Amino acid sequence: MAGYAKPLPEITDESRPFWEGCRRHEFLVQRCRACGARQHYPRGVCAACWRDDLEWLPSAGRGRIYSFTVTHRTQARGFRDELPYVLAWVELDEGVQVLTNVVGCDPAAVRVGLAVRVTFEDVTPEISIPRFTPVS
Amino acid sequence: MTHALIAGVHEFPERKTARSVLEIQALSARAALDDAGLEPKDVDGYFTVAGNPGVGPLATVDYLNLTPRHVDGTTIGGSSFVAHVNHAAAAIAGGRCRVALITYGSTSRSSGVAVGTRERISGEYVDQFEALYGISTVGLYALIAQRHMHEYGTTGAQLAEIAVACRRHAGLNPVALYRDPITVDDVLRSPMISSPLHLLDCCVITDGGGALVVVHPDLARDLRKPPVRLLGSAEAVAHTAAGRRDYLVSAAAQTGPRAFAAAGVSPADVAMAMIYDSFTITVLVTLEDLGFCKKGEGGAFVGGGRLQLGGALPINTDGGGLSSNHPGMRGIFLVIEAVKQLRGEGGARQVPDCRVALVHGTGGAFGTRHSGATLVLGAA
Repeated sequence: MAGYAKPLPEITDESRPFWEGCRRHEFLVQRCRACGARQHYPRGVCAACWRDDLEWLPSAGRGRIYSFTVTHRTQARGFRDELPYVLAWVELDEGVQVLTNVVGCDPAAVRVGLAVRVTFEDVTPEISIPRFTPVS
Repeated sequence: MTHALIAGVHEFPERKTARSVLEIQALSARAALDDAGLEPKDVDGYFTVAGNPGVGPLATVDYLNLTPRHVDGTTIGGSSFVAHVNHAAAAIAGGRCRVALITYGSTSRSSGVAVGTRERISGEYVDQFEALYGISTVGLYALIAQRHMHEYGTTGAQLAEIAVACRRHAGLNPVALYRDPITVDDVLRSPMISSPLHLLDCCVITDGGGALVVVHPDLARDLRKPPVRLLGSAEAVAHTAAGRRDYLVSAAAQTGPRAFAAAGVSPADVAMAMIYDSFTITVLVTLEDLGFCKKGEGGAFVGGGRLQLGGALPINTDGGGLSSNHPGMRGIFLVIEAVKQLRGEGGARQVPDCRVALVHGTGGAFGTRHSGATLVLGAA
């Protein structure tokens, strides 16, 4: 998509399955086959046992806002032209926290505990960015 | 047990300077050695952060023409220089050096660096999951303030008390950047930067720097002034924890109990505290985690003048990062001011009967990953 001014992820082999999931509009959460731990952000090893036997499970993409901030002043690329915007930690129903934006609503309506679901913005032919929006 | 003494300190007084990062450090080092009664030839251990300038301490070691037998470039954000004191003490106790020099210099203000609101990209793997979302340092602390308000009913007016206390102290510091008193209402009416943090909840941006000299206890009698004793110290890192983190618990919850235990003192023994104040919320959470009050009670604790001179726990008597100076990594100033207070050199802002002081540095961002370093310091 031309004109996407915000930062894009620098995808590596380690993270490619996650971003391929986003391209399919699936939010994947890793689970360790060795110890059973779930984790986000995704990485090449389990953060609990450091083994590399991980599987990628589709999340239902639903959760609640753990915390948020409405940003009124920033130098962040692409965002300084879209003030105010919402940065948030969302806790997925699967139990892991995701740093993200909350979109599709008035920033003044955002609250801790608000139920949200994932939504994807297709920003290039290869890249879709996951964000969250209130469950209506 | 005392493994090390802080023998000399110096804070570079300018808030906007024509000097270079290297000149700031060299002039500060000379002044700190004068303060200690020592000379450059006595220095055999050297500590600074990466990027100050260069990839590590090499640029400064070269510029200062030093010949250290111990060198340390620990870089863990604004707390780094607090951690350097801890590392210097360990190096001295281990026989690696006897006179450790720690320096810092920055020209953030004259270079136009937007310390708090610039895009926070680290060049690390994790950027691809974080930098996409418009993160800045202030935003990553605002997340903690919002959650604290949700869980404990903390208010913006309570956070503002911290800024008011620092500003009052800055009024007693001739070189502080902002010295005119402010009120809680002034803070609440200042522009919202990243909710719930207003402009006056945020540290200032200045140039600056300083130096510390930490020495072996054997050198006590050779020093120009009664040295300050390092009674206890600790470091920790708190992070995203694979997606399962209680973000209201900072690294100070780990370092506080360890540092107090090592020093054999309790929070009740502390006459004054230097608490890293990148933002007001940084101070509130740190005070809770160090054990000065219970978790969740910070909002009530910081009111009523408790943190001001004359109160039960004066903090940031130099005016702090909120009003005096913040060139990007403030830890060294925490140590400098605590040492001045313990020596009775505080002048108009002296805390009476100051025998034990606490220093806590925070580096990085509460909202993702940060370091904490605590020192308990005692008067001679």
